Amino acid sequence: MKCDFCDQKATVFLTQLIEGQMKKVCLCESCAKTKGVTDPTGFSLADMLLSGMPTSALVANAPFVPTRSGGGKKCPNCGFSVDDLNRVRRFGCSECFQAFRPEVELILRGMHQGVTHVGKVPPGFEEIHARDEKLEELRQQLEDAIVQENYEQAASLRDQIRQLELPLPTTTLP
Amino acid sequence: MMRFSTLIKHPADWMIGGEVDNAVVLTSRIRLARNVRLLPFPGWATAEQRRMAMQEIFPVIQELRPMKDAFAQPLSGLTSVQKQVLVERHLISREHAARTEGSAAVIERRQSLSIMVNEEDHLRMQSIRPGLNLRVAYDALNELDNEIQSSLTFAYDRKLGYLTTCPTNLGTGLRASAMLHLPGLVLSDKIGQVLNAIGRMGLAVRGLYGEGTESLGNLYQISNQSTLGESETQIIERLERVIAQVAQHETNARLKMLEDDRLTLHDKIGRSYGILQHAWLIDSKEALNHLSLIRLGANMGFFPLEIARLCDNLLMEIQPAHLQLHSGRKLSPEQRDESRGQIIRSHLQNVHTPAMVFSQTKSPPLSDQPLDLDL
Repeated sequence: MKCDFCDQKATVFLTQLIEGQMKKVCLCESCAKTKGVTDPTGFSLADMLLSGMPTSALVANAPFVPTRSGGGKKCPNCGFSVDDLNRVRRFGCSECFQAFRPEVELILRGMHQGVTHVGKVPPGFEEIHARDEKLEELRQQLEDAIVQENYEQAASLRDQIRQLELPLPTTTLP
Repeated sequence: MMRFSTLIKHPADWMIGGEVDNAVVLTSRIRLARNVRLLPFPGWATAEQRRMAMQEIFPVIQELRPMKDAFAQPLSGLTSVQKQVLVERHLISREHAARTEGSAAVIERRQSLSIMVNEEDHLRMQSIRPGLNLRVAYDALNELDNEIQSSLTFAYDRKLGYLTTCPTNLGTGLRASAMLHLPGLVLSDKIGQVLNAIGRMGLAVRGLYGEGTESLGNLYQISNQSTLGESETQIIERLERVIAQVAQHETNARLKMLEDDRLTLHDKIGRSYGILQHAWLIDSKEALNHLSLIRLGANMGFFPLEIARLCDNLLMEIQPAHLQLHSGRKLSPEQRDESRGQIIRSHLQNVHTPAMVFSQTKSPPLSDQPLDLDL
């Protein structure tokens, strides 16, 4: 039997259950190695079967019909499931990207020039982000101060937090 | 609010070039995909959630300065022919036309900016300019994007950039593309080589009409595929560089044909002229292919230059939904062929027979640049 990816003799045979269907792949020694089959944790048959095709074509062909009964991990914001993600290669909402970080990384492998955004940052985003980080830090300090019964410092921290919590001018534009 | 009939009465500036040189690069287009934070994406949202998203987004868009007296319409308020006309004009996508519940289109008066609400993403915004002008098209859209972001909080992640339904759009959410007319490369059998070179650079190229790799009317679209890991400027500059090179190849191929095989070229253009002037039944494919040669002829001096504009306008007018809109009724394919023939004949009626063109005479302005064929 020949390898599914090249013409060499297949020595590794894999069977996996995907969406209730048996999928079988035959590989030669070297393809098995390059596809990472030897590491059973980092390997999904679906990914390998799909990686032979250009990702864009694949995505274009996948109709977006989530089942709403998909199993596995779910996004806390919209309820989209990891099973649906793996099946349709689409996301349910902005929070899915947090909920499915590891899957996102897998999907993005080889899809784009890079894996990190270097383009436009929304106006005001850096300020908001910096403020959120500062708030987080102050809240932590406040908790510590209360635990240590340092009420004078706690009061000052509370005032700082209130000040920061006021909306930023950039977000209140009409 | 602008009526549908007013919107489509006149061809957009970008369709017919205006003052811009569009001999090879007809149009430049920028598309941005954006979503509102926390709201479920349109494909996953329930009909009710889609309507709610629309209620949040639609008023914001209508308030945008360039959209003040725009055409703004929920898709449920359009007939299928009207939607199809918008698709043929590249103002909405085929996918968008298939949606109704909670989807809308907002199209600026001059048709150079348009926004689809609840397509695959909450917002798909588009900017089109004639000729090779991706940067200009992007700047206009970027301004619009900034204006919207003062009212809506877009889904954005520090590492992944703008978040989109489909991972192929993550990051910038930017798809830049240009439509090119490449009859010279097709006729001289160099098109395959050029398309391969473009593909190897990680750019996508496809025929504008027709299935698969087939292209009708020698029209091709080149676009970026990667949206993550490159800035908007990098994406646009790289694409513009490649497109400019392809355009240069096309221009050279045209001039070479004129030098080496003037009679064949003249023969082809003359035959196309003859057929279009006398065809009573003509399908899209045949019409597009002959119009392509008339357009080539006009850009090479065989016809007055305004005939190229006429061709650009006809490219739109002879498409199925446009034909049906004009006739005011549904047409069978045979009836469309008849109507198409009639429209083309009437437009070409007063066009004179192609002039003789020699390679040393009035050919299009030759670029002085030495050939840099390194695609």
